[in-house]
Amino acid sequence: MSFTTGLKCRECGESYSWKPLHVCELCFGPLEIGYDYDAIARVLSHKTIASRPRNLWRYKELLPVSGEPRIGLHSGFTPLVKADRLGEVLGVEELWVKDDSCNHPTFSYKDRVVSVAVSAAIEFGFDTISCASTGNLANSVSAHTARAGLRCFIFIPDNLERGKVIGSAIYEPTPVAISGNYDDVNRLCTEIADKYGWAFVNINLRPFYTEGAKTYGFEVAEQLGWKLPQHIVVPTAGGTILPKVAQAFEELVQVGLVKDTPWKIYTAQAAGCSPVVNALHRGADLIEPVKPNTIAKSIAIGNPADGYYVLGAVRKSGGWGEAVTDKEIVDGIRLLARTEGIFTEPAGGTTVAVTKKLIEQGRIPRNESIVISVTGNGYKTLEAVTDAVPVPFNIGARLEEFDALYQTLEQSSKVRASA
Amino acid sequence: MSIERFYLTYNQDRIKEPVIYWVGQKFRVVTNIRAASVSDHIGIVALELEGDQDEINAAVKWIAGQGVKVEPIEKNVIE
Repeated sequence: MSFTTGLKCRECGESYSWKPLHVCELCFGPLEIGYDYDAIARVLSHKTIASRPRNLWRYKELLPVSGEPRIGLHSGFTPLVKADRLGEVLGVEELWVKDDSCNHPTFSYKDRVVSVAVSAAIEFGFDTISCASTGNLANSVSAHTARAGLRCFIFIPDNLERGKVIGSAIYEPTPVAISGNYDDVNRLCTEIADKYGWAFVNINLRPFYTEGAKTYGFEVAEQLGWKLPQHIVVPTAGGTILPKVAQAFEELVQVGLVKDTPWKIYTAQAAGCSPVVNALHRGADLIEPVKPNTIAKSIAIGNPADGYYVLGAVRKSGGWGEAVTDKEIVDGIRLLARTEGIFTEPAGGTTVAVTKKLIEQGRIPRNESIVISVTGNGYKTLEAVTDAVPVPFNIGARLEEFDALYQTLEQSSKVRASA
Repeated sequence: MSIERFYLTYNQDRIKEPVIYWVGQKFRVVTNIRAASVSDHIGIVALELEGDQDEINAAVKWIAGQGVKVEPIEKNVIE
């Protein structure tokens, strides 16, 4: 049974029937899913949710599917880690890390949005799923469509490093490398989506796709014991996840699953690609596109599709946003790894570094609950930290050599002390 | 005949240029403005172009050559 009420334009409010449509025919505004929250409130309880499998579908009434989900049955419900050691370094009392670096099956938060998009695509009867991506999204679409037994086309710029393609190619989609700049690739993909009638998860299925990001927020609240955090820091690339986490918190209040307590949401971007933070700091509503230049490739989107809605969600909550340099991003990755044993990609390093900055600025108080969003896995982007990690000490295979090395290390305090 | 939808982004130095007027004069395309926002720094226009695909392609290339960013209304879809 579905609790959806159809599609609605976010800008002019025009209603549309249930179909794979993403843009308002009148004003070109993006479409979003409507729900019957009163009906959901009557059937959805903590007890019902607790009785379900630990995956993202435990909140299915608040997702745009009508039947039983068939994809993403192991996605979501990633750990919310109490980060005491990192909290001590940052000088805060209650710090949590929501860790999607171990999301199933492709180690990023994209497994949430793709699970929902592919499930919707199956319900709509699509036989071919597609996306344009340089990394995490292509990995996830390739894996989920392999599992579902659907045709899959992946579009990539033709100058993408070979290594970046392997994480998708292993699932044997049809990869297509397109020559031309990113604007050309963007345009071609929208033309293909129109002409071939395929399900492009982040184009014509975007209203369904983005709904999957709400599950990140639902889980944070559930894992905090059905409470909202007071502060949550979220990275911004295309702008999908941040407004949806905000929406998730609002929906949980609306259906009576959490109390309406104050919370603020903060956007994190790399200084080499910070169109949303720039607009936020300028007090502007319009986002000026930028040309990305950062190691944080997974969040290097110069003109985010939903950037405007990120600004809206941040401002409505009373939050803020910051951008950090590539050096700070690498330091953020290393800090999270050495304090919490979590290896994240540069997007996560950005969130850690921005959280640190916001705490130092006094924007986030030190005595309130804070959640850092980690949305991807560092093992996919080893090149980002290759020059920043210590090299091994070299010795011959003799105990005396290790004894000598150990003594030197002890004297220079280069061995980590146990906590 | 094809119809395509674009966002045109004008930087401050291009904001006074009558680019949409000229594209209608130079190419066999019907221009239809569907939404627009202008601030001190930037102008954004949601524009529909209707015509033969070759004419639309040429029109888009010409607009981009005027220093105006042309993107599909979906903006950046490479994630």
